[in-house]
Amino acid sequence: MGDKTISIKHLVGLEGVSRDDIRIILDTGFTFREVLERPIKKVPTLTGINVVNLFFENSTRTRISFELAEKRLSADVTSFSAAASSVKKGETLKDTVQNIHAMKMDAVVMRHPVPGAAIQLSHFVDAVVINAGDGTHEHPTQALLDMLSLQEKFGYLEGLKVGIIGDISHSRVALSNIFGLLAMGAKVTLCGPGHLIPPHVSELGVEVNGDVDEVIEWADAVNVLRIQRERMGVGLIPSVREYRSQFGISLERLSRHKKELIVLHPGPINRGVEIDSEVADSDQAIILDQVLNGVAVRMSVLFHLLKPREEMEAA
Amino acid sequence: MRDVSRTLPEEILITGGSIYDPATGKSRKSDIGVKQGVLVAPDAVQTDSATSIDATGCIITHGLIDIHVHFREPGREDKENLQTGARAALAGGFTRVCMMPNTNPPIDSPEVVRSLLEKGADLPVQINVIGAITREQKGVELAELLEMYAAGVVAFSDDGMPVENGQVLRNALLYARDLGIPIINHAEDTHLRADGVVNQGALSTRLGLPGNPVEAEASMIHRDLLLAGETDARLHVPHVSTALAVELIRKFKGQGVRVTAEATPHHLGLTEDTLTGFNTNAKVAPPLRAEKDRQAIVAALVDGTIDCIATDHAPHTVDEKEHDMINAPFGMIGLDSAVGMAFTVLRQAGLAVEQIIDLFTSGPAAVMGMELTPIEEGAPVELVIINPDENWTYGPEDIYSRSRNTPMLGMNFTGRVSAAITSKGWFCRS
Ligand SMILES: [Zn+2]
Repeated sequence: MGDKTISIKHLVGLEGVSRDDIRIILDTGFTFREVLERPIKKVPTLTGINVVNLFFENSTRTRISFELAEKRLSADVTSFSAAASSVKKGETLKDTVQNIHAMKMDAVVMRHPVPGAAIQLSHFVDAVVINAGDGTHEHPTQALLDMLSLQEKFGYLEGLKVGIIGDISHSRVALSNIFGLLAMGAKVTLCGPGHLIPPHVSELGVEVNGDVDEVIEWADAVNVLRIQRERMGVGLIPSVREYRSQFGISLERLSRHKKELIVLHPGPINRGVEIDSEVADSDQAIILDQVLNGVAVRMSVLFHLLKPREEMEAA
Repeated sequence: MRDVSRTLPEEILITGGSIYDPATGKSRKSDIGVKQGVLVAPDAVQTDSATSIDATGCIITHGLIDIHVHFREPGREDKENLQTGARAALAGGFTRVCMMPNTNPPIDSPEVVRSLLEKGADLPVQINVIGAITREQKGVELAELLEMYAAGVVAFSDDGMPVENGQVLRNALLYARDLGIPIINHAEDTHLRADGVVNQGALSTRLGLPGNPVEAEASMIHRDLLLAGETDARLHVPHVSTALAVELIRKFKGQGVRVTAEATPHHLGLTEDTLTGFNTNAKVAPPLRAEKDRQAIVAALVDGTIDCIATDHAPHTVDEKEHDMINAPFGMIGLDSAVGMAFTVLRQAGLAVEQIIDLFTSGPAAVMGMELTPIEEGAPVELVIINPDENWTYGPEDIYSRSRNTPMLGMNFTGRVSAAITSKGWFCRS
């Protein structure tokens, strides 16, 4: 398993990560996916490796997925949740860095509300840094698990047509998906209200189309982003009714398009807002596969970033 | 030798350089003497006992004037105070500065103005004070503008904060018109800027950071220009950062509106690309912009649309700048790198050394209504000696500020300050 090595030392984002590296991570992800379906799901790969999960923002799903991945690999796991308020209160990244030094950690999985936090951290520490979401910047393992799910479903990524629908500007998963999918040769179209599409985003190599029906017609798969309730009523999204009728992925809308469309959602779902229950729970949605693939792909990332290091130290 | 603000020697002899006087626009090759802080003929000093400065290859000119500095006193003396600020200024070739009022408490009363002017009186650099436009810089009620003028302010500004309310700005313009001094408005529409921490564009999108659009600056400058035209008051636009703003200023200036403008060394020399990698030391307000904006600013300095260079020297502690991109404060220091950056960029753009010096001397003096000190025998000494051809790398040892927040460390510059001399102290590199 995984005798190939990747060239990156941290996983702070997917921008600039090569197709080869992503390919290796996905391939090993499939191997771990098999491990996860065995009766005994644990492998001794990372025995003696210390991993800290540092969550400056609540994200139960991502944290549990990482913890599970770390435990399945037999790593020593410490989890630390701090309220986002401590970030505001002036706990600087430097304090975080000093704590990591003091705890002698081999790897840090960090969730932080501010874009760039993981990259800044990687400049300061020797430990491997894995970005578990830095605000509206990147969330690379989410994009990797989305790609693993798409690869599993379609058997290929090159040339695959993926629509990303919703509030792109405030999404923590859109950018990583864009960078990752483009690196793998997929085609990406963004769709959402104009003011929630990041400025100049087409310069990244994606298409933008505000008509969700056209995007559905074009796409092989759509990734439906969560609409955050806090965006409602502050002038960004006037009402649930309007959003749902213009951009919501309803059964009725999908049935108008006579085609097989695969639907992803990073969760948690606002049923009846960006996606209807009938769609989310249907066979064309691969949302539950995404959950399992999340653990598998995180095992793969941890394995590739930490295994070579352990071997080097043993040598 | 890291020695600044040392007591001025009894006699100094400066040899081998050429003298450029921005007040007259004339250059002459000549030695010059300084005796007890006053300019004298070279043969009026004792050659053997005088301190000698070899200015071969250098230009001797009027001390530089920076009309936009944040010296953080009172309130944040851990970042800078009048003394450390003056030290950094002198090492950067500046002999006069204008302090912005966003201190704590803000400089919004005649008492604070007087206390600062008193404290600054003995420093080797002339400290001028800019008073707040509104009480506590809140943008709501006018501060005591007339009282502060009587106490000695040279301009009014809420710098750091825009005056959002057009009526308040208009009232301030009318007051300032009658006093004959400029209003300086930090122009950014706060709603358009929103949480923006970097220039809005492809880069902000790539970095996932909230963007600050060029329209946030340009739309408020447009309003300010209209009001300046209507009131016939003097508007000074600080730290112009966008091509759009340059266009507006050019247009209104052409129509006879009494507007002046400044550009910072960082906006004329750096672009938003400096932020790739999330370097908080490059986080500044207004933000570093795109290359086309930078080029527009350079062109505006060349054609006179922008009148002067001002550093917006904004010291912050290392601890604060080690925050993440959202929580780190805006601003960078600029006094000790200003000449290096400006000379490097503007000479490449075709400006002569003398024209660049004008942007640092007669330009800012005109904005603030200041008289230049003549470079002639009998006048008090206020000189800077610049080697326009010296190549150097800006390093930590070149920082004389109390703070070190700058993204320019490691940059190569052509053009360097060799010495700066006033009647109250001097800086000499060698
Ligand atoms: Zn300002």
